[in-house]
Amino acid sequence: MKASNTRFWQTTTLVLVCVGLVFVGFSGYLQPFLGTVLEPVVGVQRWLSVRYLAIYEFITVPRDVASLRTSNEELEREVAGLQTQIIELQQQLREAQVLYALLDFARANPQGGQYTAAEVIGRDPNPFLKYIFIDRGSDHGIRRGMPVITDRGLVGRIDAVTSSAARVQLITDPGSAVNVRMEPDRGIAQIQGSITGEITLEMLSQEIPVQTGDLILSSGLGGNFPPDILIGQVVTVRSKPNELFQSASVQTVVDFNTLQAVLVITNFRPIDISPLVPSPEP
Amino acid sequence: MVTLLGVPIIGFLLIIQTAVISRLKLLEGTGDLILLFVIAWALQGRVRSAWQWAIIAGVLVSLVTALPYFIALAGYLTITLMARLLQHQVWQTPILAMFVTTFVGTVVFHLLSISGLALAGTTLPIQESLTLVTLPSALINLILALPVYTVVSDLSNWAYPAEEV
Repeated sequence: MKASNTRFWQTTTLVLVCVGLVFVGFSGYLQPFLGTVLEPVVGVQRWLSVRYLAIYEFITVPRDVASLRTSNEELEREVAGLQTQIIELQQQLREAQVLYALLDFARANPQGGQYTAAEVIGRDPNPFLKYIFIDRGSDHGIRRGMPVITDRGLVGRIDAVTSSAARVQLITDPGSAVNVRMEPDRGIAQIQGSITGEITLEMLSQEIPVQTGDLILSSGLGGNFPPDILIGQVVTVRSKPNELFQSASVQTVVDFNTLQAVLVITNFRPIDISPLVPSPEP
Repeated sequence: MVTLLGVPIIGFLLIIQTAVISRLKLLEGTGDLILLFVIAWALQGRVRSAWQWAIIAGVLVSLVTALPYFIALAGYLTITLMARLLQHQVWQTPILAMFVTTFVGTVVFHLLSISGLALAGTTLPIQESLTLVTLPSALINLILALPVYTVVSDLSNWAYPAEEV
């Protein structure tokens, strides 16, 4: 009996103390005490938390690097693909610009000229010869002897034809000779190619005044080329009084090293004058 | 069979030659991939189709180039003869034979070209041709000689495998 009374009073006292502590706590009187007690606890908690996060990052960051690397590789692949597209588009743009220039030339020169555009696909394997190959042949109306030009000026003429390709002898070829006339003096001469790809003006009468900058155009004489196609300009003149003719070096308007596309004049037929040339008597 | 294989191989080389190699110039000289291939093929000891490949090369190049028809054929046959003779003389150092034949072969081929063009009516200045075209071409060919020889050597080992004793 006595023991149960004692337990009752202990419990009641404990409950009252707890209730009292709660009330004291709510009223704010325990704050200084709690602050003193909790501060080291919070410190320990913070220390533990920082260490935990450090360990967590140590474990998880490599996974992020791997994912970043994967993402980076994907982006690099995408960039490489886009760069390839840019290069392809730039190439197409350059080709289109060349073709537009040729088209402009064809539109600007409607005087009966029929043109077939062709792409340059190769050069003669022998370095002594200045010939190019184009991707148009007899199936496209190309015939031997047809003149070949660009929007800038004369390129050469068709030398051989297959069904889908043709070989063009450039005016810079050592075996090429074109009859030309000068502007503004209208002197008649002939241009000759060379193994260096340079063109020289030959057979020019000493009586014709030639100056640097004079224009050279095809004369149409001989029937191999149509007249008035621009070829180049006189750069230097070589004139000696004791020689029959004077000569000059010519800067061509066409850059033959970077030829990409050309126009073939398909309605021009060269005239064969060989029957009219007198053969030497035996 | 190996002889017929020469047609597509030399045809492919001719495409590379006209589309790429002929545009790569040193002064006015260019490399000659087919010449190098013919020389390297003729220098391989086990190869039995060197003459046939030289004829194929001559015919295919003649179809493309503006040179007179017989020049390329005569040039490749002459160079094959040189390579075969040299292969018997200095068989222990095939690379040396390759370099020697490349240089001499380039000069001979170019002299034949100049002669052929002169016969066709186009006279070229000899000194200018040699200094501006032939010597630069020979230099390019010498640079290309080693890689071409390596490739052709592998090709010949594949086409004519060594007989096991």
